[in-house]
Amino acid sequence: MNQWTNFTKGFIKENPVFVLLLGMCPTLGVTTSAINGIGMGLATTFVLVMSNVIISLIKNFIPSSVRIPSFIVIIATFVTIVDLSMKAYIPDLHAQLGLFIPLIVVNCIVLGRAEAFASKNNVVSSLIDGLSMGLGFAFALGLLGAVREILGAGSVFDFKFINPEADGILVFVLAPGAFIALGYLIALINSLRKS
Amino acid sequence: MAKKKNSLFNMTSSLFLITAIAAFGLAKVYDATKGPIEEAEKLKTETAIKEVIPPFESLETGEIKCFDSEETLTVYYGISGGDTTGIAVESFTKNGFSGLITVMVGFLPDGTINQSKVLKHAETPGLGSKMEENKFKNQFTEKHPSEYKLQVKKDGGDVDAITASTITSRAYCDAIDRAYKSIWEGGTK
Repeated sequence: MNQWTNFTKGFIKENPVFVLLLGMCPTLGVTTSAINGIGMGLATTFVLVMSNVIISLIKNFIPSSVRIPSFIVIIATFVTIVDLSMKAYIPDLHAQLGLFIPLIVVNCIVLGRAEAFASKNNVVSSLIDGLSMGLGFAFALGLLGAVREILGAGSVFDFKFINPEADGILVFVLAPGAFIALGYLIALINSLRKS
Repeated sequence: MAKKKNSLFNMTSSLFLITAIAAFGLAKVYDATKGPIEEAEKLKTETAIKEVIPPFESLETGEIKCFDSEETLTVYYGISGGDTTGIAVESFTKNGFSGLITVMVGFLPDGTINQSKVLKHAETPGLGSKMEENKFKNQFTEKHPSEYKLQVKKDGGDVDAITASTITSRAYCDAIDRAYKSIWEGGTK
């Protein structure tokens, strides 16, 4: 597989949210606005890239029966690093994302890529795979967040384009709206993918 | 290079090594971010105090007991030229739609509400989170709790609730009420 297809696969062809349907918990939980979705996506990207690189570096030193605990320790370490750094340098975004940052540990994409890709491929491919999947995840969350923000609050990236006194379609900011918007986006992306 | 065998020694040693390195790395990161985290939190409190009470020269911190429970509230007295210019109370309410809401409430020395600011909340974005907007919280400004009933209009009070977020509005009133009553009624310094 050449590196360019390796890089682009995460956006449409194997998009973690729209096609693989992994990591649904943060996807539905944090995408109340575009900026939250992208922030969450980028935090996950960092963890994915770092854990993919480290795991592919040390894959031959880990006996196969303890590989899952080892992967989890490595992933949890990077998640904690992200959590602490965000708290220190971007406290506002951290307050918005809250509990979902520590929960990156149990995000299926991260462990899934470690097991399915990084433990079988070399460092460069794993790095690109991490970037591809992470940015694909950020793209999906940003898109879902933007759709929900536009419909639910009449704004995008906090830029309000409807009358500031007016409300949007409230259901889209709430949990049911996440499912509805996600469903339509999945249908749309899959029809694009097939054509 | 071949994979390592699943012997007991290999398994324990590799796991031990990974966890040891991870622990060491985390300790370093924790050390490096400890200062900035504390500063960020302190800055947040300070900006909130400056927003809710009139300008002051120095700040004094105290603690008072909550009027209806054993918990204590942190109080900040803004002092300018020997006189107290304002009192900021870090109040809270447990009646929020999703858990605890922490509010910094600023009073003038006679008990009139000056301004308030939400420090921490987990309310629904787009609904309950509107309590952070001026439209809602400015209605408390220059009102004195002795003649301004801190309840939403639905409950017979004087406060305009946020559309579709009555629970959050009630909780906000509760937080302000708690701050006022703890200082001027029953609370001990």
